[in-house]
Amino acid sequence: MDRFLDISQLSVAFPKAPIPVLREIDLQIARGEYVSVIGHSGCGKSTLLNVIAGLLPATAGGVVLEGREIEGPGPDRAVVFQNHSLLPWLTCYENVRLAADQTLSKTMSRAERHAWVLENLALVRMTHAKDKRPSEISGGMKQRIGIARALSMKPKVLLLDEPFGALDALTRAHLQDQVMEIHASHGTTVVMITHDVDEAVLLSDRIVMLTNGPNARIGEILEVDLPRPRDRLALAADPRFVAARTAVLEFLHARHANPALAAA
Amino acid sequence: MTMLARKPAVTAPAALSAPASFAALPRASRLRPILAQVIPPLLVVLALVALWEFATSGPGATLPPPSKVWADARDLITDPFFDNGGLDKGLFWHLLASLQRVALGFALAALAGILVGLLIGTSDFAMRGLDPIFQVLRTVPPLAWLPLSLAAFREAQPSAIFVIFITSIWPIIINTAVGVRNVPQDYRNVAAVIRLRGPAFFWKIVLPAAAPYIFTGLKIGIGLSWLAIIAAEMLIGGVGIGFFIWDAWNSSNLSDLIVALTYVGLVGFALDRIVALAGRFATRGTSAS
Repeated sequence: MDRFLDISQLSVAFPKAPIPVLREIDLQIARGEYVSVIGHSGCGKSTLLNVIAGLLPATAGGVVLEGREIEGPGPDRAVVFQNHSLLPWLTCYENVRLAADQTLSKTMSRAERHAWVLENLALVRMTHAKDKRPSEISGGMKQRIGIARALSMKPKVLLLDEPFGALDALTRAHLQDQVMEIHASHGTTVVMITHDVDEAVLLSDRIVMLTNGPNARIGEILEVDLPRPRDRLALAADPRFVAARTAVLEFLHARHANPALAAA
Repeated sequence: MTMLARKPAVTAPAALSAPASFAALPRASRLRPILAQVIPPLLVVLALVALWEFATSGPGATLPPPSKVWADARDLITDPFFDNGGLDKGLFWHLLASLQRVALGFALAALAGILVGLLIGTSDFAMRGLDPIFQVLRTVPPLAWLPLSLAAFREAQPSAIFVIFITSIWPIIINTAVGVRNVPQDYRNVAAVIRLRGPAFFWKIVLPAAAPYIFTGLKIGIGLSWLAIIAAEMLIGGVGIGFFIWDAWNSSNLSDLIVALTYVGLVGFALDRIVALAGRFATRGTSAS
């Protein structure tokens, strides 16, 4: 198997905490693959993403991207943050431009970077709002700018941290379709954290299910064997989709029910 | 039900005479919010002036009623620009002298305050070393600094400016430091992913993120400066609105005193608004004014 992104024997513990958050995570991700990580709140799925991003250090084990061990954050692993994290004093264009200037100034001229930023804004269909500030646009639009910013870094891996969690169902569906299009046209490798079962099944090639934390491990990995492009309407009644969905639901609610909810 | 029935009846005439009234309609609707802003304070001011007139018209009143203020100080109110030499000048000149002192003292405080604030915001050593000293010094009342500065500078003008400086610098330092320390982790993460470090990180992330805090400090600072200068000028004398007030009291000219107080209030309000506007402009609307 192609080990484009290789997570091996990864454990993460926070200082002062006796039990590690994540224990001995082993996961190989191929180039162009779309992998979702799902689990109950507090199971450490965001921690896993932050370690891949380099924002948190691994306690043991490590992450290797294209044969090089990652040390610290970098634009080759662009993150789309859950709360968009756009800089409020910059316009949408400037937010994307800052990332492009910072990461591509050696390989692209000013004019090329300008065109590249506009191209990425067009890709997420936000050209019309390029001169607006984050406070002037909706949550879904902010997240699209966040995606444009991440793509403008020309990342090897796109890391999505519950990117649609805070959005309403209709906006979320719309953005999921856009992400599917981008994944299909760019062939980007994606690691997505989510707690939405439908979203995971619809978008992913594989779904990584984490057991409850602390001491969370990979409980099961489900291959989603559905042909692309995928259409949410056609899939809704597809037995393979339903089977995958049931498998994830069963893992989350029968075998690894949320301990906090079970106690209540 | 009655509401529902009435609504079309009200809008119908406007819709019928559409071509004629269409141009007038937006104008009236633009004027209405302005009137809604202006009329309540105007009415309240009129009511207060009436109350003041009523309360001070009796024979035993110690303060002049507004009608007497107007009669006594009419020249002062209508012509702020006269200059008869010495201290006999219009209020404009007194205010200008005070504002010049504030401008100089406040500009120095802003510059030094922001620099020191950035230092103690970024360096833990500077924070631990300086913060306790600042916490003690900032509680010293403005006028308590005046004798010391007179002793040091041996002149009224620089002493007054120093009092402004030392009064307004503390909120600027403290707010700047808080702003630098409170750069959200989200922005730090973004900067880390795009590898924004060192001076670029400071200029593109820290400073803009701290700007709303810095302007809060400046706004508090300018208000304190204006408080301090009035008090300091009462003691040091010369041209200036503070000494004008003290002088009016000494010559029992209560009407002049009341006019001067009104001007002090209006100028203080204007200074506050100016700094708030500058803040909104500089932070591109991200600072609440």
